[in-house]
Amino acid sequence: MKVLVSVKRVVDYNVKIRVKSDASGIETTNVKMSMNPFDEIAVEEAVRLKEAGFVGEIVVVSMGVAQSQETIRTALAMGGDRGILVQTDDEMQPLAVAKIMKNIVQKENPELVILGKQAIDDDSNQTGQMLAALLGRPQATFASKLFLKDNRAVVTREVDGGLETLEVRLPAILTTDLRLNEPRYASLPNIMKAKKKPIDIILPSALNVDITPRLTTLKVTEPPMRKAGIKVADVHELVAKLKNEAKVI
Amino acid sequence: MSVLVVAEHDNASLKPSTLHTVTAAKVFGIPIHILVAGHACGSVAESAARIPGLASVQCCDDPRYAHFLAEPISLLVTNLAPHHTHVLAPSTTFGKNFMPRVAALLDVQQISDVIGIKGPETFVRPIYAGNALAEVVSRDRIKVLTVRGTAFDITPAEGGLTAIDVIPKAEGFDESRYIAGELSKSVRPELTAARVIISGGRGMQNGDNFKLLEVVADKLGAAVGASRAAVDAGFVPNDFQVGQTGKIVAPDLYIAVGISGAIQHLAGMKDSKIIVAINKDPEAPIFQVADYGLVADLFVTLPELAEALDRCDSP
Repeated sequence: MKVLVSVKRVVDYNVKIRVKSDASGIETTNVKMSMNPFDEIAVEEAVRLKEAGFVGEIVVVSMGVAQSQETIRTALAMGGDRGILVQTDDEMQPLAVAKIMKNIVQKENPELVILGKQAIDDDSNQTGQMLAALLGRPQATFASKLFLKDNRAVVTREVDGGLETLEVRLPAILTTDLRLNEPRYASLPNIMKAKKKPIDIILPSALNVDITPRLTTLKVTEPPMRKAGIKVADVHELVAKLKNEAKVI
Repeated sequence: MSVLVVAEHDNASLKPSTLHTVTAAKVFGIPIHILVAGHACGSVAESAARIPGLASVQCCDDPRYAHFLAEPISLLVTNLAPHHTHVLAPSTTFGKNFMPRVAALLDVQQISDVIGIKGPETFVRPIYAGNALAEVVSRDRIKVLTVRGTAFDITPAEGGLTAIDVIPKAEGFDESRYIAGELSKSVRPELTAARVIISGGRGMQNGDNFKLLEVVADKLGAAVGASRAAVDAGFVPNDFQVGQTGKIVAPDLYIAVGISGAIQHLAGMKDSKIIVAINKDPEAPIFQVADYGLVADLFVTLPELAEALDRCDSP
């Protein structure tokens, strides 16, 4: 069977982001970019399914600027087979991404699409669910365990109250949570091999999908900063402060 | 113009997240309707009807909604949405799971995790783990929003007497099936509803040591939380996790023990009223947001804290 995985190029999770002084967005010049961590988990899961013999081909899809090719290469070095980049400099909101993904899924016909549950830049947590709805397919979001069995996926999900297990019929859409797996680092030989794997580059206009942003960002600002308080010497001072000064106990 | 709020519940009672979402809905100043979809959920509809100031309570009681699977719920909400200008649900794993499906079926761009409502079309939401706030305008004909509970006070739960309309079920969806739930049972308050939270991180070293936190938690009536590091290490279950991708909390008092304070953790708790950090590393970033910092070994401090709280209880 075929698995399709989506990967997004985002500001690295270790970077302390800076808001632009004109409030138009986030400073991204000379900032380290990486694959969205939840997408790494998605790629890893697909590779494990391939290693376990469930999957024949892994197609890696990304959308965004030309440099997103590097993100696809990283996924190919982890074990993906080929890439598709929908290249655009325009802002892509989750609904637009889901529409393009739908278009690609209809051409590629994967039995399983695995996406990160959210991108750590816009923190939307929407694309997987939207894709599933547009395709009329079942979804299993926030997955922490996956078993494939007779054209079905049994998925354990992380929910607010604990865990929940669902069974979905394939083809289905899965989104990853943190505990699904620990992504591997690509080895040097695999990084070299990935350079030879094919990446198709297509333009959104070729897909006949309207990707006009629906939301207009008026401004991006810094949240109110918390300032560091005081250090207390011991537990007794702490309890006294909480009781008499902060009045929270 | 009207708002539809999709209630979160467990077929027995309304979750507090619903009451926070109703407060957000009130900001629009237009009639508010609540949808209670579930199975054998009559008592939930009755408690929704006691929330003051609602235009209607719509109850859809059918086995297909028993486990709140995203596919059938989203079909039902999508059918009802065109009667409203705004559809709101809590930004919990319940709301996050089905609302984007609703938005996609309506062909609108959802706005996730709303923390501010500036007008009928203008919303504020955190991005980059809360390190920036985006003010966005939506021109979609129906606004689909998930609401962050910590940004809106809880609405009064009693005093109303709204009629309950029983509404027909929507289409089913038989390609997904609920198998089992392993919900954590705890005698302590829920993280997102607790007034006091004490959380442990990697510094706790193992799951057994969380008992030291629990002793303190029980003296304070507190919930117990954890950093991602502690959950990844298997010290505690996933539902303890506070942070960017876990639970977002804003209690009166948050005590972080053995937590270094990665931005992803701060994203989940930095709106707490008072933050206490206990960590043996004086350089830990958690101290930069803490009102009261104690540089100390938690294995000495926690028993001392438990004892000091005992003394402070006695007259």
